[in-house]
Amino acid sequence: MAQHILSVLVENSPGVLARVASLFSRRGYNIHSLAVGPTESPEISRMTIVLNLEGHALDQVSAQLFKLVNVIGIQEMEGRNSHQRELLMVKVNSDPNNRPKVEAVIAKYRGAIVNQANSSLTIEAIGNSAEIAALLKELSSFGIKELVQSGLIALEIGDTTLAERTLQETGLASSSTHSQTEDYQN
Amino acid sequence: MANELTGAQALVNALEDSGVDVMFGIPGGAILPAYDPIFDSKIRHILVRHEQGAGHAATGYAQVTGRVGVCVATSGPGATNLVTPIADAQMDSVPIVAITGQVPSAAIGTDAFQEADIRGITMPVTKHNYLITDPAQIPRAMAEAFYIASSGRPGPVLVDIAKDALQKMTIYNYPKKLNLLGYHPHAEPDAQAIREAASLIAQASKPIFYIGGGVIKANAAKELLQLAELVGAPVVTTLMARGAFPDSHSQHLGMPGMHGTVAAVTGLQKADLLITLGARFDDRVTGKLSTFAPDAKVIHADIDPAEIGKNRYADVPIIGDLGPTMRALIPALKAEYARNRADISQWWKQINSLRQRYPLGYSEPGDGSLSPQYVIERIGAITGPDGIYVAGVGQHQMWASQFVKFEKPRTWLNSGGLGTMGYAVPAAMGAKVGAPDTPVWAIDGDGCFQMTNQELVTCALNDIPIKVAVINNESLGMVRQWQALFYRERYSNTDLHSKRIPDFAKLAEAMGCVGLRCESKGDVDKIIKEANAINDAPVVVDFSVHRDAMVWPMVAAGTSNDDILIAKEMAPDWDSQEL
Repeated sequence: MAQHILSVLVENSPGVLARVASLFSRRGYNIHSLAVGPTESPEISRMTIVLNLEGHALDQVSAQLFKLVNVIGIQEMEGRNSHQRELLMVKVNSDPNNRPKVEAVIAKYRGAIVNQANSSLTIEAIGNSAEIAALLKELSSFGIKELVQSGLIALEIGDTTLAERTLQETGLASSSTHSQTEDYQN
Repeated sequence: MANELTGAQALVNALEDSGVDVMFGIPGGAILPAYDPIFDSKIRHILVRHEQGAGHAATGYAQVTGRVGVCVATSGPGATNLVTPIADAQMDSVPIVAITGQVPSAAIGTDAFQEADIRGITMPVTKHNYLITDPAQIPRAMAEAFYIASSGRPGPVLVDIAKDALQKMTIYNYPKKLNLLGYHPHAEPDAQAIREAASLIAQASKPIFYIGGGVIKANAAKELLQLAELVGAPVVTTLMARGAFPDSHSQHLGMPGMHGTVAAVTGLQKADLLITLGARFDDRVTGKLSTFAPDAKVIHADIDPAEIGKNRYADVPIIGDLGPTMRALIPALKAEYARNRADISQWWKQINSLRQRYPLGYSEPGDGSLSPQYVIERIGAITGPDGIYVAGVGQHQMWASQFVKFEKPRTWLNSGGLGTMGYAVPAAMGAKVGAPDTPVWAIDGDGCFQMTNQELVTCALNDIPIKVAVINNESLGMVRQWQALFYRERYSNTDLHSKRIPDFAKLAEAMGCVGLRCESKGDVDKIIKEANAINDAPVVVDFSVHRDAMVWPMVAAGTSNDDILIAKEMAPDWDSQEL
């Protein structure tokens, strides 16, 4: 099973998330995580989709996704060309006896304590998937009471932006509505 | 303000400005505001008897004219009744726009009377859809709907409009320009891909054209004829492509697939190159995919990039409109042929041997009863290639595809992808509205006919004189055939008793149509001619046929095309073939 990360620019309009989810469900594509949020443009939202693909080619998934009218651009994010982060919040069993040990683990992963209660610590940490998994593994020896993770988000390394790339590929930059003026009358 | 009008009036103006001349629908509470301005519009509104009929009629109209078909329904059950024809249009890439009323925006989400989330329900079966709650959005949504439905790979678009958006006042402003950030259908094919395709074609010694419905959608039958004659290779036309290439043409092997001709099925299997134009490697064509055309390279031209590589790897993908694609391919090929050209004469010897040995045919029933294939063959022969033929789904559909001879695109309508029983009568109605001067025959089964025949009332009242041949074998015939072949002749729930009840001729008369009956071979021609002579009313002919007739050849579902049977337990005699 291969894992892929897709960054998808979509129109910020009602029902877009449902369209994407419906497509993935219908075609049997398996979503590992999905993060959606606003972008630098108020008209555009960005989804970061982590996919577990078994028996489906990534370009077929992208082509089906791109058929959705509200999908503007798609880019695969790979480890070597992108920054990848997820956010973890976790409540770990902790008392004065083990607290120094827990704090050492947190420090190792550049996490932070956001709350100290009688028998637990609430910790936040940011990292790539491997770092978060390693942190969780170490924390599990203390006993994890509750945890919550955001979906992964990713950003391309360097000057290039997905929006620019999309504009180039669709030719939107030069003529925003080529051929859409004459053809649509029945 | 002086120029204010209601959202409903804006909707009707937008339909007129989008070039709509006819729509099929039924009013109801939520869509009611729209029906007031429809009353005064120059657009012809045909009041159907069931929303499903409106949807299939829009499809039939679109298939025949190449324009966008329009259907209208109210919220809730009105809208859900459109789901089947919308899904049907999606599977067969038919451009229709469905307009539905929705409960007032304040009531959305409250489980209000006749509320259904039709946008959510139709998301997986539309090309795109809208929920409009602001009257100012209506003209733009309609303009986009027509553009999206008809451009690129065509398909259905649904526009759901809240009742209060229809009632509120707005300023009408039909957009001159659309700005769809995420929608840019490909038109021009890539020049490099065209050169690679030409090179493969020139090298192939066993090439074959695998033609799908996309050629008809692209209005590219003329280009196909030129290209096919230039290459000189055999041509097969899928169920959706019947009529894209003349049946009378010497290069045409007929239909491939589950009930295709031996020559077409085997031609694909043995080819070294598939020149695939507007087809999608559907399971009904490929049989068991892993065994399909095992030695063939694939050129796959389609306007929809997602079809490339979906089921079968494409050695040369060409994304674009098939018209420009073939127009570019012809000169590229001529240039290629000037350098080299493989000999395909041996290939034709093999194909012709198959054609000769295994022509399409059928045997007459031994008991003297009427053969369904004969009836269908005669309807086609007497009415001719200018007629339009619309089938339901099942045995009669396959026989119509096999035994009617098609010469022109847009003369054969059927539900290919979804396989919607009940498609024929309403789709024939829409076809006749789109082509009023052309004879339109619905070739229907007795099972299908009982699903949607209520639209004959619509036809009778609205001067839509279609002809319906009910191929009455008093069974769900295709299911019965499978029971005969795969379930030890245990005919569970496939006996419809429809030679007893209903009386189709009387039913037709009750609906304002002419009802005729035919039970013997000697009467077939006379009755078809009688039906063809009636042009002031719909005609229904109840052809009482032999119930055990089967569709052959057949590739059983999930098996390899190599295992095609020409009759029960009878494979072609491969050993004598030099294949």
